[in-house]
Order: sequence, then C-alpha cells, then structure tokens
Amino acid sequence: MYVAVKGGEAAILNSQALNDRARRGDVAVPELSIAQIREQMRLAVARVMTEGSLYDPDLAALAIKQASGDLIEAVFLLRAYRTTLPRFGASRPLDTAQMQLQRRISATFKDIPGGQVLGATYDYTQRLLDFTLLAEGRERERSEAAGTPPQPAPHVAEFLDQEGLLDAERPDAVDAPPPDLTREPLSFPAPRTLRLQNLARGDEGFLLGLGYSTQRGYGNNHPFAGEIRHGRVTVEYVPEELGFAIELGEIEITECELFNQFKGSASVPPQFTRGYGLSFGHAERKAMSMALVDRAMQAAELGEAIEAPAQDVEFVLYHSDNVEASGFVQHLKLPHYVDFQSELELVRKLRAEYEAARPDDPPATQREAV
Amino acid sequence: MTTSGYNFGYLDEQTKRMIRRAILKAVAIPGYQVPFGSREMPLPYGWGTGGIQVTASIIGRNDTLKVIDQGADDTTNAVNIRRFFARVTGVATTTRTAAASIIQTRHRIPETPLREGQILVYQVPIPEPLRWLEARETETRRMHALAEYGAMRVKLYEDIARFGHIATTYDYPVTVNHRYIMRPSPIPKFDNPKMHRNPALQLFGAGREKRIYAVPPYTDVKSLDFDDHPFEVQRWDSACALCGSHESFLDEVIVDDAGSRMFVCSDSEYCASRRDAGYQGDGLPQKRAQAREARP
Repeated sequence: MYVAVKGGEAAILNSQALNDRARRGDVAVPELSIAQIREQMRLAVARVMTEGSLYDPDLAALAIKQASGDLIEAVFLLRAYRTTLPRFGASRPLDTAQMQLQRRISATFKDIPGGQVLGATYDYTQRLLDFTLLAEGRERERSEAAGTPPQPAPHVAEFLDQEGLLDAERPDAVDAPPPDLTREPLSFPAPRTLRLQNLARGDEGFLLGLGYSTQRGYGNNHPFAGEIRHGRVTVEYVPEELGFAIELGEIEITECELFNQFKGSASVPPQFTRGYGLSFGHAERKAMSMALVDRAMQAAELGEAIEAPAQDVEFVLYHSDNVEASGFVQHLKLPHYVDFQSELELVRKLRAEYEAARPDDPPATQREAV
Repeated sequence: MTTSGYNFGYLDEQTKRMIRRAILKAVAIPGYQVPFGSREMPLPYGWGTGGIQVTASIIGRNDTLKVIDQGADDTTNAVNIRRFFARVTGVATTTRTAAASIIQTRHRIPETPLREGQILVYQVPIPEPLRWLEARETETRRMHALAEYGAMRVKLYEDIARFGHIATTYDYPVTVNHRYIMRPSPIPKFDNPKMHRNPALQLFGAGREKRIYAVPPYTDVKSLDFDDHPFEVQRWDSACALCGSHESFLDEVIVDDAGSRMFVCSDSEYCASRRDAGYQGDGLPQKRAQAREARP
C-alpha cells in the first residue's frame, strides 16, 4: 500500500546497476577503450572538451564512454570534475598566428600568404555511406598526405587591418582581468571577454540555431568567413616565482574570424566588423556559430537596433549553457506532488466557480460526452 | 562510507568560505538575493545544487542532516542527496525533524515546529519573485533596489478582479522584514505562515541562478494580501488516511484503476510519528467501503 514513494534507495541502486549494464551492451562485443574513443571519435572529444571547458582528451573520452555517448551528459561529467581542480593561474594569451596549421581556409581572398590548406574536413565529401567501414579491420590503406606541411601564417584579418577597414578590437571599458564565469556569477553589462567565455562554453546546437537566425534576417549581419584555422598552439605560463614564461605544452584548437559589412553610424565609419570564435580540438561548426553570435551581441556597442534574440545579450548568455539547461529541463522529472496538489485544488475551485456562474449550460464534461 | 579524494563536504575550503560570506550577507539583509559564485556540482542543475552548496558550506562533523523532498524523506531525490552527503561528509543523517541540526528541503517546511539552532536549507529553482512579471534580471534587480513592487500588487489585484481571490497556491510571494519581496521557493502557501518569526535560520540556495538569500530567526515574513482579501491557506475536507491529522498538508494519492483517491500527509516523518503515538486514520478507500458495507 502507498508504495509509490517507498524504497527510493533500493530503486536508485538497482537503476544504476541496470544503467551500467545498458552502457556496456552485449558483452560478446569487445569493450570500447578510451584510446579508441580518443583516436576515432575526435570530433566528439573536441565538443566535450570545449563545452566542458577542460582540455584533456583522455578524460573527455572517458566521459563519453561513461555517458554512453550522450555528449551533453559527458560535458556535465567533465565539468563536475573540473570544478574540483585547484587553479594555479592563467596562461599567457595564445599566439594563434604561430599555430602549426593542419587546416586553414579563407572565403574572402582567393589566395593568402601561407596559402589555403584544406586539411582534414568532411566539407567536400559526398555524404554516401561508406560500406567499406562496415567491414571492420579491412579499412583502406592509409594514403600518405602529399606536399610539405604548412608553415605558420599571419591572420587574414591583419591585411584588412593594415588598410584600416576592419573594426579595431575594442578593449573592454573596464581594464580588468577577464572575468571567470566558473568562479563569479554572471553580471550585466557583460563585457565582451565575459560574453566570449560564455559562448565558448555554450551549447553548439543552441549557438548554431542562434547564428543561423542572424543569417535568416533576425538581426541581419551578413558575414564572410575571413579565416578558419585549425592546428596546434603552444600554451605558455608565467609562474610568479620565475617571472618568465615557460611552455606547458601544446593544445589543438579551431579559430574562426568572421568579417561583417558595416555601413557605419554617427560615431563609427563604414568598415568591416568582426565576430570571433574559438574551440578546443577540431570544431568548426561551433567556432563559426560562436563568431556569428559574438558579432550579433556587439549590436549595442556599434549603435545597432537590438531587435533579434541573438542580439539580446541577457537572453543569449542566460540560455547558452547546456549543463544548466539540461538540468533544469529534466528536473521536471522530479516529484512535484505538492505543487501539483496545490494547483489541483485551485483548478477544481475555479472550475466549480465557473460552472456555478453558468447555471443554464450543461456541465462541460457532459458537453464533451455528447 | 566516505569518498576519498574529495574534501569534507565535496567543496574546497575556499569555495565554502566564499559561500559562507554570501550567507552572512544574506542574513544581514533578510530577503535580499545575494549573487554568489555557484560551482558546478556533481548533481544536475535544478535538482538542488543551490541547497547542496549551502549545506556543504555550513555542515560540520557534529551535524545531523535530514533531507526531504515534497515533505518526504524517502522520495528518490531526497534519498540521493542524503546519500551524497553521507558519502562526502560521513555525518549522521536522520529522518526525525526534531533530531536534525540541518534540514535540506525541496518544496515543503516540516510540520513539526522548528526550534532555535536548527537550520532549514531550501532548494530554490527560480529565486526571483518578479520573474514572471519581468524576464530581465537587470530590470528586476533595479525594481528590488527601488522597492518598486507595484507590478506584483497589480498582478494580485488582477487575480481578484478575475477570479474573486488570489490564484496563487504555491511559491506565494512574501515580504521579508518589511522590505524585500521574496520567493519562498515553491512551497505550498499552506507553509507560508511557518516562515513568520520562525526560531530556526532559513537559508535559500539557487545554484543555477547563482543566488543565496536568507530569513534570520524571528524575522517577520508576511504573505502579500489586501485588507479586504486577507491571505488564507488551503484546507482539506478530509483528514490523513494514515494518521488522521487535520492539521497537515495532504497529498492526493490515486489508489486504484477506478480512480479512487486517498489523502495522506505529505510530511512522511510527521505522519509516521503520529502513527507511532497511536493516532490512526480511516485507511484505504476500499477499507472504508467495506467498513460501510459491514455496518447493518
């Protein structure tokens, strides 16, 4: 009797055991290794590291395995681990002009110093299922990449900068170290450093949709892909006791700069404005979406009318985080007996009053039955 | 059973200190929402991360913890949070309201009156009482700063004009210490009077929204109303089917396919302790039906 809410503890333990079994699947099939996920699902690993705000391909692969491939759950796992880590300090800004390029394209100039490097991409694949991948262990032989490895190259933006046609990067009004969203609550007005940090952690799907909306006319700003580059950069850190920079290692990142035409305003001359995107690993869709939304959120600073969701800083920043969003949406699964009971009483009362006020009509339930 | 590799209470001491500072500020300005650097917790946002961070920051080795959800100790989320603290602190847990020094709750205030020295920690999903009237945080903070609460009054008035009474049954707004309008987390309005001049310290944690607020002991907490439409709590026609209480908040439970209902205390510990003391309700509806048939 009245068992619905009893036995919670046993139910949780049993559920977790079931979930472990479901995650493992058929034990006749070999178990996935972390190295397999890291090496063969590199784009999933990149997304989890980016939105999890932690550069660690092994832990990201572990999170993906533990989450049965649910990437948002994996991001959550990684974040909950990251929050417990001690903080030694901030690295020096990455010098992305020194990137060891694996891919680098510009849609604004046919040729650029350093050249266009197509690199590894799904862009020009014809999306036909490759049934040779079905036959495991018999993948086609690796073809050696042709040509010499690309050399570090200057940013395309520099060439527009030299002509003064690109909006100069405006420093934040307050000259303070960039705020840290993971340590301080979001506050407004949000400087661009804070907005970019939020976007970097933000959900790829959410930013993709918002970015797309700007292209379809909700806050129209027609962008050009000035440059998208992917490769490895060195991370440097200045320990207080040393006073000079030491190399911590290399990380793989994707950087995107979009140029947007801007006709000028009373205070700003006609020029191109820019949107910036950065992600861990190889994640171009995320970096481009981020750049679109970054540009849209500069509306106030550029004197543009704020009319569309992507331009609304408070709206974007409060809803971009998928760990927050996923938790709150799914908390609806928790019991709400008490609230619902209160609402039930209210609706019954309102319904009784409604029926009483219309004595000539048959009750609504009877009307439906007819 | 405690988990190694984590600090006592999961959070590191610096974080606890930051949260305790926010709590002190909240206690100093009753009902004011203090922004704090909410951490990512190993439980999902919306499932009690604010309350968990508050509890983790104030709990000590000598504390006794009780966790309830919807008034009950044995709902899955309450069980899970209690297990979490048992794991990361090793402190004693209890289901007895009177025996607890810290009670973390979602959606209810226990029926057993609290006493001095106890701390009630609420899990809060949306801390801002003006949120449904104004979506923007920048705007609602300004409204609080100026005590510009006309919009809330108008909303309650519109309810009366439309329905003849105020149509809010839970999360019913209150004025704390004659200054800030506060959202009491979604407790039923039945529980609102218990907040007024309560001898216990009441702390509210909203993890996702990154806010902490407080009602210090013996603080005035007044549910919003009008002189000609005074605040009232809901009452039930029936008593608890298990313990016979007429005083407690009752949950409606559907007991068979025919849709028979029974009403039972939402506060499971209160109900059990009454039954232990010999009180008895009418039992299941069938039992009542059989009892009626048995009568000549």
